[in-house]
Amino acid sequence: MIRSITQQKPEAELDRLLEGLRRVFVIGCGTCTTLTQTGGAPEVAAMKERLSQEGKLITGDLVLAVACDNLTGETLAEYGDQMDQADVLLIMTCAFGVQNIALHSGKLVVPALDTLFIGKETALGEFNEVCTQCGDCILGETGGICPVTACHKGLVNGPCGGTNNGKCEIDPDKDCVWTLIYNRLRDLGRLDAMRKLQRPRNHQAVLNPGKIRISV
Amino acid sequence: MSTKTPSKLEKILDSGALAVTSECGPPRGSDPAAITRKAEMIKDYVDAINITDNQTSVTRLCSLAACIHLKQMGLEPVLQMVVRDRNRIAVQSDILGAASFDIYNMLCLSGDHQQFGDNPQGQNVFDLDSMQLLQTVRRMRDEGKFLGGDDIQRPPRMLVGAAANPFADPFEIRVPRLAKKIAAGAEFIQTQCIYNLEKFEEWMKLARDRGLHEKVHILAGVTPFKSAGMAKYMKNRVPGMDVPDDVVKRMSGVPKENQPQEGIDICVETITRLQECEGVRGFHIMAIEWEEKVPEIVERSGLYPRPQV
Repeated sequence: MIRSITQQKPEAELDRLLEGLRRVFVIGCGTCTTLTQTGGAPEVAAMKERLSQEGKLITGDLVLAVACDNLTGETLAEYGDQMDQADVLLIMTCAFGVQNIALHSGKLVVPALDTLFIGKETALGEFNEVCTQCGDCILGETGGICPVTACHKGLVNGPCGGTNNGKCEIDPDKDCVWTLIYNRLRDLGRLDAMRKLQRPRNHQAVLNPGKIRISV
Repeated sequence: MSTKTPSKLEKILDSGALAVTSECGPPRGSDPAAITRKAEMIKDYVDAINITDNQTSVTRLCSLAACIHLKQMGLEPVLQMVVRDRNRIAVQSDILGAASFDIYNMLCLSGDHQQFGDNPQGQNVFDLDSMQLLQTVRRMRDEGKFLGGDDIQRPPRMLVGAAANPFADPFEIRVPRLAKKIAAGAEFIQTQCIYNLEKFEEWMKLARDRGLHEKVHILAGVTPFKSAGMAKYMKNRVPGMDVPDDVVKRMSGVPKENQPQEGIDICVETITRLQECEGVRGFHIMAIEWEEKVPEIVERSGLYPRPQV
């Protein structure tokens, strides 16, 4: 399943964001940030403990089932009193959750996490970005492997000159995606696809910020 | 390959003579003497001088301004342009800017990732890739059209080049990639620095098998080692670089004070051997911060004097 991948902000940044805000209500999420161990029940407990040690008063805490879901508004309503006592909601969800909670609560929010990318867990504890949602999909010509996402330069016409033993020049822990694409197309007998000159990409397939309306 | 531009480099390549190019890296400051001094050292020994474009993603004086300094000295610059820092509007605008100063050569590159440089947190652009940059310049020159389709008044007249790395892997992709760059519009190629001559010659043979050497002018890239340490660094740290063990051993095998001369000797031997390699149409000498050695390399390789065109 596709997840929103996050990491905790540095403690110094968090301390700065919470400066002058003494009473804190902490919110985690039972979905993506639980998987990435950045905002599940154990991380919320640890955050409460750290903040308490720093002299903050914790007015309450909550781990939402799915922070970005519309039901979040109803759940938050049940914690109204505890949240009202707080100067700030410290949110340990991805940025979608932060925005949803801000909308439904009307309270001051501070994110405890940075949202990195939309990706999936490809091995235990390892997360990879799989789609940048560019709106101009070329997977049909690249053996189902996305160079727009997985090439550090987003090259769509083959690899740069920096491939080293099948690894990317800027991160030896990452496969060169064009080596993967080459191998896949070779196995499929479709190497011809690499000869095609891909036209300049449409970076505005949907005008940023994205918004579409379908007829229903 | 009939002459299409006023480029001196093109005339020399078309004449059948071996071309010699070199490069100057602009300074990390605004002193024009840093460029003109380097150019003075090499100007009589090369046909054209590449100006690098914020190489290794370290911020420097811009390639276009440095090219203009060369042009004002009456020299022949090769504008290097990377797509890392410019979207398609800026790319086309800078091409027109170069054309307005009658810069007649351009090398189209992707550019090193900004991770390597002094602004690793900067946004990389890569709106176009190097193939699409080649197509863009050719379209602007040959059709007199912008990417958006509008007509250009006084279109650019540039000889269009690309880089090729015969050594990055997978090896079997490298000649097809050369073919793709030619299809995209490359008229000359400057290769990655060559130390593994067998592998380069194999790549050239595969290129010849497809007739590519008749469709593009291939300039073999060479860089003299200043020291055994540099050879080891290039072998181990520079991505896509192929420095065989025996070359490192040869550099390490001479006393430190003789290593620079050994590096020059290897470079001259490489050029001498590759002059015999069918399809090699010239040499691109990248003497990194060692421009003063270019005359010696050119002379000892039998490539001096340079043809007058």
